[in-house]
Amino acid sequence: MTIAQIIFLVVAGATLGSAFMVVTSRNLIHAALWLVATLFGVAVQYALLNAGFLAVVQVVVYIGAIAILFIFAVMLTRKEIRDQGPQLNSSWWLSATLSVVTFGGLVGMLWGWKDMAHTVPDIPPGFDSISALGDALVSPDAFVLPFEVASILLLAALVGAVYVAFNRK
Amino acid sequence: MTTETLIWLIPLPPALAFFLIVLFTNKSKALSHSVGVGAAILSFLGSMVVFFRAVSVEHLGEHPFESSIPWMPTGDTWFNIGVLIDPLGAAVLFFVSITIFMIFLYSVGYHNFGQPAGDHDRKGLPPHGATVEEHGHKHVVPSVEPMYSRFFAFLGLFAFGMYTLVVSDNLLTMFVGWEIMGLCSYLLIGFWYGKPSARAAAIKAFMTTRIGDVFMLLGIGLLYSVAGTLNFREIFGNEELMHTLAVPGATLFGLSLAGLIALLLFIGTVGKSAQWPLHVWLPDAMEGPTPVSAMIHAATMVSAGVHAVIRMFPLLSLDHNTMGVVAFIGTFTAIFAATIAVAQNDIKRVLAYSTISQLGFMIAALGIGAYVAAAFHLITHAFFKALLFLGSGSVIHGMEHGVLHTGNHSVDPQDMFNMGGLRNKMPITFWTFVIGGFALSGFPLITAGFWSKDEILADAWGHGHLVVFLTLALAAFMTAFYTMRQITLTFLGEPRTKEAEHAQETPWTMTVPLMVLSIFAVGYGWVGIPEDFPVLGGLVPNWFHDFVGHTLHEVPEAVEFSWAPLLTSLGVALGGLFLGWFYYRNVNSAKEDFFQIALLKNKYYFDEAYDFVFVKPAIWLSEVFTYQWMDKGAIDGFLHIFGPTTGGIGGFIRNYIDLPVINKFIGDGSADVVQWVGRSLRPIQSGRIQQYMMLSLVVLVVIGGALLYFLLGL
Amino acid sequence: MVPLSWYLIFAAGLFSLGLFGVLARRNAVAILLGVELMLNAVNINLAAFWRYGTITNMAGQVFAIIVFAVAAAEVAVGLALVISVYRRHNTVVADEIDMLKW
Repeated sequence: MTIAQIIFLVVAGATLGSAFMVVTSRNLIHAALWLVATLFGVAVQYALLNAGFLAVVQVVVYIGAIAILFIFAVMLTRKEIRDQGPQLNSSWWLSATLSVVTFGGLVGMLWGWKDMAHTVPDIPPGFDSISALGDALVSPDAFVLPFEVASILLLAALVGAVYVAFNRK
Repeated sequence: MTTETLIWLIPLPPALAFFLIVLFTNKSKALSHSVGVGAAILSFLGSMVVFFRAVSVEHLGEHPFESSIPWMPTGDTWFNIGVLIDPLGAAVLFFVSITIFMIFLYSVGYHNFGQPAGDHDRKGLPPHGATVEEHGHKHVVPSVEPMYSRFFAFLGLFAFGMYTLVVSDNLLTMFVGWEIMGLCSYLLIGFWYGKPSARAAAIKAFMTTRIGDVFMLLGIGLLYSVAGTLNFREIFGNEELMHTLAVPGATLFGLSLAGLIALLLFIGTVGKSAQWPLHVWLPDAMEGPTPVSAMIHAATMVSAGVHAVIRMFPLLSLDHNTMGVVAFIGTFTAIFAATIAVAQNDIKRVLAYSTISQLGFMIAALGIGAYVAAAFHLITHAFFKALLFLGSGSVIHGMEHGVLHTGNHSVDPQDMFNMGGLRNKMPITFWTFVIGGFALSGFPLITAGFWSKDEILADAWGHGHLVVFLTLALAAFMTAFYTMRQITLTFLGEPRTKEAEHAQETPWTMTVPLMVLSIFAVGYGWVGIPEDFPVLGGLVPNWFHDFVGHTLHEVPEAVEFSWAPLLTSLGVALGGLFLGWFYYRNVNSAKEDFFQIALLKNKYYFDEAYDFVFVKPAIWLSEVFTYQWMDKGAIDGFLHIFGPTTGGIGGFIRNYIDLPVINKFIGDGSADVVQWVGRSLRPIQSGRIQQYMMLSLVVLVVIGGALLYFLLGL
Repeated sequence: MVPLSWYLIFAAGLFSLGLFGVLARRNAVAILLGVELMLNAVNINLAAFWRYGTITNMAGQVFAIIVFAVAAAEVAVGLALVISVYRRHNTVVADEIDMLKW
């Protein structure tokens, strides 16, 4: 076991544990905080994958904006500080079964795949993943169109969110 | 602006006034009459410009003002409409524009503009007067007409129709104007629609003239099918066509085509100009307000009928049979209506019958070929008859003032036996009425009526129509007689009622038109003095004959002067006037009047006869024959057999095929299946998002598993 | 070093946990939390395939970034809807929000 493998296992375990707390925690504020932990774990995984930009964006956008948005939403929609009653619905066991089956199915499908044990290739010298990503995003030969469409999507979501949540009296 | 353009524009202001008043200004009385009178002034000015330009043009008859535009495609050709002012049109336009303008002005006063609104006035009824308090005591004054604006709107539309008729260069647009006037006549006679008599009179006028109009339309259609055009000058200027039309015996009753067409058109005139036997509507039309009586039933609309015949004179003159019919109807109407007029007591009805009689003079003149004389009498008559009607309106107005003063509403302000002595109370009305009356009677030398009537008599004599001559002379005598009877009963002597004592002169808007018209009632005759008349002849050239005569291709020869007709017309006029005065100066009530003969009083029972011959059978036909026998008996009976039969068949199909098979099995069955399926599937639609997702996931897992198992062989 | 399978299995686990959250949580906000977990799982896959595939092809990272954008949009609109529904019906329990039925 290499250092990297150990770090991966620790981070992955912590991330999955946090994710489990997200979906089971009775208190929604706690669930949102556990989500922050999960997202942070995922950010570490990005870093392990040499995707530094993704790791930073994960922290800034997900943790900095989305998770906070969740906390605000939780606070805005709560009647009492502590939620009453069960947090899982009556068919949670079916959901659990289906999730396990899905997990099993995915792993089962991957099990027979020949590249499953593919090891990580070396990064070619002089390769800068961030500048390559920047080029790809704005290059007309690559992804400028999805990039612009995404910006329009964000604008539409912004307007839509304001419209939907606007308090019409 | 060229004269042609101006002619196109003449009819427009009144039409615009109509729409303006109806759409925008009807709330404001002052605005409405301003619009109406303003439009009348514009048209008047335009007409005057056109008239004087027409007079100053040499040979207007050969080269009239005309302009036309293509209007309607008729197969390969176009139907053109346009305007035409020839000498006849110019002369008619002259008097039409003056009388229309005067009548607009007069209406302002007649409908009591400026007076307070009435105490109990309702729309559709004449105003009843308003109480005002002045200097501490109350008295009743005339009140303003409630539908004042509406009156001016109708008057505007009417003027539009009349101008259209006069300036038209073809029969179709002339007919359009003719019908617009027919509608307006209906609306205006029934203006006080709250009165049952006014309603009945309106319907009567409309229905009676309709009979004539249908024939006229037939005539127009026949003419168009033969000639291919309705333009006057194109028809009359086409020698070949005129020869075809003139072939005798080509149609029914041995008439030539021209004769038949002219006869059909003439029937239209009989309706419009109230000639016997379609005269019955005109006296009843006096139910309308007096300006309407003056405008429609003296000056313009009834003249339109004569105008139409004068227009079609070249056609008419092609067939002497039709000429004979026209002469007969005109002459008969002249004497027939004159006899009735003698026995009438209502001031306006006398004038109405007088109008019928005078129109008969014109028609008779046309029937004997005295084209220019007819046109001349048409114009002079329009002036003095409008004057008389407006004068009578003024008298009635003054009498109504008296009625309001005494408060005794049982006194009929139109009955001449309730008047008397009004010459002192209403001097302007009196003098103008006398002028008009003398003109109507043909008072020698100074009045217009003398010259025009004398010309008709001279033509009748000169062309050897002795019967016509004698009958018309008798009618002229009676005209003078009943006119003097009217003047004597109304103005001379002493007041016979308290109302007459309190009669009052009318406002300037009413008297000014009277004075203007009286000038023309005298002066217009001087333009048509025959050349070889003793002493006076030649002092003034016989301008009218010269001018209007050139409308035709062959200018009719002026008849040679002869003493017989002159002496006759002098005699009948002076004799009639004198006898009228002499007899009626002592008559103080209807009972003393020798001429209150039942036969005349009841207008020869024409209304009753028409009622018996046409109305009753029509009602019987519709009520008993058509409704009860044909409809209820025959048709309904037949249908009643159908009903049960089809009902039985329908019942069978319904009970044995439709209900069990179609409805139960096919209809309800399919619906039941759909409903059952829907009910069964309904619980799935729980509206809960998580159930949906779970369901889709289950399906995904099942399908995915199946795919893996079967396709990949896992 | 870490084999690719580890990342994939880790992502599958995260995805399944998110799926469970989406299916089982009663609170609508919590359901959205589950959705976030699933999106993150996908993103890990994208990043892993980029790293273990042709590293000069940036498609994996670009798609991960677009998923970020979509996630942000989804959260914004989703939470707005939740707040709107909460205002109107005074509840955020998914089972009670069943206006869509029939």
